Amino acid sequence: MKYVIAGAGPAGVIAAETLRKADPKGTIVLIGDEPEAPYSRMAIPYVLSGGIGEDGTRLRKTPGHFKNLSIHVLRDRVAKVLPKKRQVILAGGAKTPFDRLLIATGSRPVKPPVPGLNLTGVHHCWTLADARNIAELAQPGADVVLMGAGFIGCIILESLLARGVNLTVIEMEDRMVPRMMNETAGNMLKSWCQKKGVAVKTKTRVTGVKKSNAGGLTVHLNKGRPVNAALIVVATGVKSNTGFLKGGSVRMQDGGVAVDDHLQSSIDGIYAAGDVACGPDFSGGWAVHAIQPTAAEHGRIAAINMAGGDARYQGSLIMNVLDTAGLISASFGNWPGVNGGDIAETVDKGHFRYTRLAFEDDRLIGALTLGLTEHVGVIRGLIQSRISLGPWKKKLIANPSSVMEAYVALSPAAA
Amino acid sequence: MQKSLVIYPDKCTGCLQCELACSYQAEGVFNPAKSRIKVFNFHDQGRFVPYTCTQCDEAWCLHACPVDAITVDMTNGAKVVSDDVCVGCKVCTIACPFGTVNYNQATGKVIKCDLCGGDPECVKACPTDAIAYMDADLTGLEKMRAWAAKTDAALQAGA
Amino acid sequence: MAWTGKILRVDLTKGTCTDEPLNMDWAKKYLGQRGLGTKYLCEEIDPRVNPLSPKNKLIMATGPLTGTNASTAGRYSVITKGALTGAIACSNSGGFFGNEMKNAGYDMIIFEGRAKTPVYLLVRDGKAELQDGRGFWGKSVWDTEEGIKKKHGDPLIRVASIGVSGEKGVKFACIVNDMHRAAGRSGVGTVMGSKNLKAVAIRGTLGVTVDNPKKFMSAVAKGKQVLADNAVTGQGLPAMGTQVLMNVINEVGALPTRNHLANQFDGAADISAEAMAEPRASDGKPNLVTNAACFACTIACGRISTIDRTHYTVAKRPQYQIASGGLEYEAAWALGAATGVDDLDALTFANFICNEQGFDPISFGATVGAAMEMYEKGVLTKKHTGGIALNFGNAKALTKLAELTGQAKGFGAEIGLGSKLLCAKYKRPALAMQVKGQEFPAYDGRGIQGMGLTYATSNRGACHLRSYTVASEILGIPEKTDPLATKGKAGLVIAFQNATSVVDSAGICVFTTFAWSLDDIAPQIDAACAGDWSVDNLLLVGERIWNLERKFNLDAGFTGKDDTLPKRLLKDAAKTGPAKGLTSGLHKMLPEYYQLRGWSKDGVPSNKTLSRLAL
Repeated sequence: MKYVIAGAGPAGVIAAETLRKADPKGTIVLIGDEPEAPYSRMAIPYVLSGGIGEDGTRLRKTPGHFKNLSIHVLRDRVAKVLPKKRQVILAGGAKTPFDRLLIATGSRPVKPPVPGLNLTGVHHCWTLADARNIAELAQPGADVVLMGAGFIGCIILESLLARGVNLTVIEMEDRMVPRMMNETAGNMLKSWCQKKGVAVKTKTRVTGVKKSNAGGLTVHLNKGRPVNAALIVVATGVKSNTGFLKGGSVRMQDGGVAVDDHLQSSIDGIYAAGDVACGPDFSGGWAVHAIQPTAAEHGRIAAINMAGGDARYQGSLIMNVLDTAGLISASFGNWPGVNGGDIAETVDKGHFRYTRLAFEDDRLIGALTLGLTEHVGVIRGLIQSRISLGPWKKKLIANPSSVMEAYVALSPAAA
Repeated sequence: MQKSLVIYPDKCTGCLQCELACSYQAEGVFNPAKSRIKVFNFHDQGRFVPYTCTQCDEAWCLHACPVDAITVDMTNGAKVVSDDVCVGCKVCTIACPFGTVNYNQATGKVIKCDLCGGDPECVKACPTDAIAYMDADLTGLEKMRAWAAKTDAALQAGA
Repeated sequence: MAWTGKILRVDLTKGTCTDEPLNMDWAKKYLGQRGLGTKYLCEEIDPRVNPLSPKNKLIMATGPLTGTNASTAGRYSVITKGALTGAIACSNSGGFFGNEMKNAGYDMIIFEGRAKTPVYLLVRDGKAELQDGRGFWGKSVWDTEEGIKKKHGDPLIRVASIGVSGEKGVKFACIVNDMHRAAGRSGVGTVMGSKNLKAVAIRGTLGVTVDNPKKFMSAVAKGKQVLADNAVTGQGLPAMGTQVLMNVINEVGALPTRNHLANQFDGAADISAEAMAEPRASDGKPNLVTNAACFACTIACGRISTIDRTHYTVAKRPQYQIASGGLEYEAAWALGAATGVDDLDALTFANFICNEQGFDPISFGATVGAAMEMYEKGVLTKKHTGGIALNFGNAKALTKLAELTGQAKGFGAEIGLGSKLLCAKYKRPALAMQVKGQEFPAYDGRGIQGMGLTYATSNRGACHLRSYTVASEILGIPEKTDPLATKGKAGLVIAFQNATSVVDSAGICVFTTFAWSLDDIAPQIDAACAGDWSVDNLLLVGERIWNLERKFNLDAGFTGKDDTLPKRLLKDAAKTGPAKGLTSGLHKMLPEYYQLRGWSKDGVPSNKTLSRLAL
């Protein structure tokens, strides 16, 4: 059996390892287009802040890890998939046959249609190469503009502050991390950042970037005065890497590869995992969830099925945890809530603590937290086990921060 | 041999000696806030429930870690965080559905129970034998496993 | 090391919170908690100050062992000039508040002045700020604690607060932490209320260290083993709680009954530890749900109880159909024997209310007992009591008054005066069973002679915890003495007073001394703290603390004449039991006590004594 995995991110690597466990004899080819050994984008902010070296970003640390597992790591890129011929064509022109293919090509940052973003000094923060460019420009005291205060933007924010730059954040929406946080939490994050000396401009649009007379860049906004920058970091969202599938027969959905509950695409033997897959959403329906835990689960489950197993995916729970200059926030599942469902909130703006719980009947379906670091994972446990909260729903409505007590009380640990 | 901590809530008096022993072993100071085992006090019912990582097979934390900082101690099955490798991204803290991985803001690393390398201090510190350390198949671990399965992302038929 | 070396000064008048270094010279002389807090208070206030004026200060102090893993090392004390007594007050509490204060980086918090409007203090890891407390004013201890945790979204915050009784000036209001642990006596909660300070909320994650960890761990392990091997701390207290004493003390004829009119209570068995374990008819469950420990305590004497759901007190009030802090011996005695009430559920309910509204069950029960005697004697009538038939043994009167006292309403406001002022108001001062304004606890000074001297000489007014000679006279710890004899009791009381001053200053619980002597405690303190903490030095520290407290009281206007007991104990002989025919031999013990203390015949420490103690 020959397995080809397109993409050497977390989904691809975990799939390769799971395949090896399930099928000790099969041939496994892991194709990645970046020059470095497989690494984690999640770790890039910590390279920037100086917490770790580039080696620290590696997905696997043991020397010879892939070789020891007889996983063939190929530095190349899949340019085309030929489903009927059971072949992929690589960017270099070579053809590689497969019996089972996993598309785990991840996603890439989006560059908004704003004039001037091709100028020198404008970077994404996505790859190690980006990190090196940013590190060079983000010197102490340098003016830096961060375009986009989404999840990625906020994660980089702390690293930039750690480098001692003079930071301005521009966000189109009315608050920070608009997709992960509601108005209350997003605005608390904003005031936290302002307290840390970051200029945060929400409901503001970058209209253009120009070279300034002083040799740097000038960022023009739809309102207010232009802002100078030695570096502009663009973090305005990502989209799935599916270009190589264009015009092919693999069915697409919401910008990703449509997969079933076994993570198989519309074509037999071709699977997809991670940021590129539009898979079952735990909260209902189908969605692209570009997050690390989903990539890991997708990789594991797709591989079990590729190797002939029968693993049905329950659906990924969208969740994020974010450290914005020391303020930790997390979001889980359907935090906006559903019609007719109860919402419980507790907020202490002065001390940057917030909890919001969303219920459907007597089950928890989503949550937001700010300033909580203890036992935060049980929120996932409560949501994903679909446990009936019984008398604890009332207690959680009275005091939403008691989620851990609720979980322990409802688990067999208390029996 | 997979071993685990077995907890008998009925014997617990809520004294927190386990938390003190744990934090002293792991952090070198007495600091319940940094303990890997936590006692929950259900005041209205007069119940105390010590709670910590069951070293579950699913190992959500380990799989969610983007940088391979959590590994399995082959001698006892403990999932162990390597401080040198952990970058502090906290993904494991939201991935663990049992809430037993916590972020330590003072060090910028995550903390979880590592079974003290096979000689758990909490067990020795408990004055009422409410915590025991034994082979996993002798314990109520199956109960916790069944619970864990409720959260499992994959339902595996025959796998 | 062991001490954090930092204190927090909160000026309620100005609304400021300031860090200060701990005076380490004083720490070396007074150890911590009770001793060190008293030193600060004596240095900072005029002893003649009105306890409820802004010029009084209120100090919350931990000991050097607080927050460590030494058994019971979670204690803190509240030191102030007592609202009930006008004497030095030092009330000690367990639970989980002291260790939290230490983990937040403070050995001590000093409150001074008075806030213009109600406030509470919020402390997180070395950061302190006063918060608007108006939303919590008028709320119970239980609602305040829950409310503060909810408001700040943090269930791990520890709270010490006062209830409505403390706000409204009930003289024996407590400061309650962790729902049902209290700095209970002398009206420390009343002082807190007079400062418009509703609560202190703390979250600490900084950790506590000791000077010599290796030595410390070994000394602590040895100490724990001693507690585990001892019959009282290893078996009696965890199984039965302090309530193990109810039947014992009744049998020796030292259970004060109906305001000390009798010294044995025929209802004792019905309100004892044994009764708490008995399944009840309605649901087959006993009153006692479980035992519970305070921070780091390997004894776990605490009681968690429920009230029979069919009982009149809770049948229509589901909010009290919960498990909560159950009866300790002193509370069971005061609410029960002292009032003649033998209804265990009524006592448990009254105890819940004491915790919920923050007032001392000992002073409350004893004052109700005094009021009942005045009612039976016709001094009080239903006109005074608002229609309550205040006969001895009336459970409904007791529980009604608990609720009224908690709100300082109706006749509850008069009970809230304490027995001394209440009996004085109705011109029967001799019916108040108190010393220096503070009601007796649960031992009759006729049946246990050492306790008579204990009460008379206690620096904070009548109190069993200043020198618990019951241990020797009844339980034979460390050696058996005759409870009916007066000989040797002066020396015994002094030895207990000095040693207890050390225990109360270390951060550990006095109940350890059922098993521990200073020989067990000194190595733990010595390993934790820099400096010489030998048994000899500790005894000197204990004696110094006792004399400092004495000096405060003398400067506050007390004299040797206040070292006395009510006439009932001095003149009326015990009627039944082993002590039948005996009165308290205080007149024989007190002169010897003064002499052994190195005090004058009027009870004033001599210059020689003061200089020997470096005072």
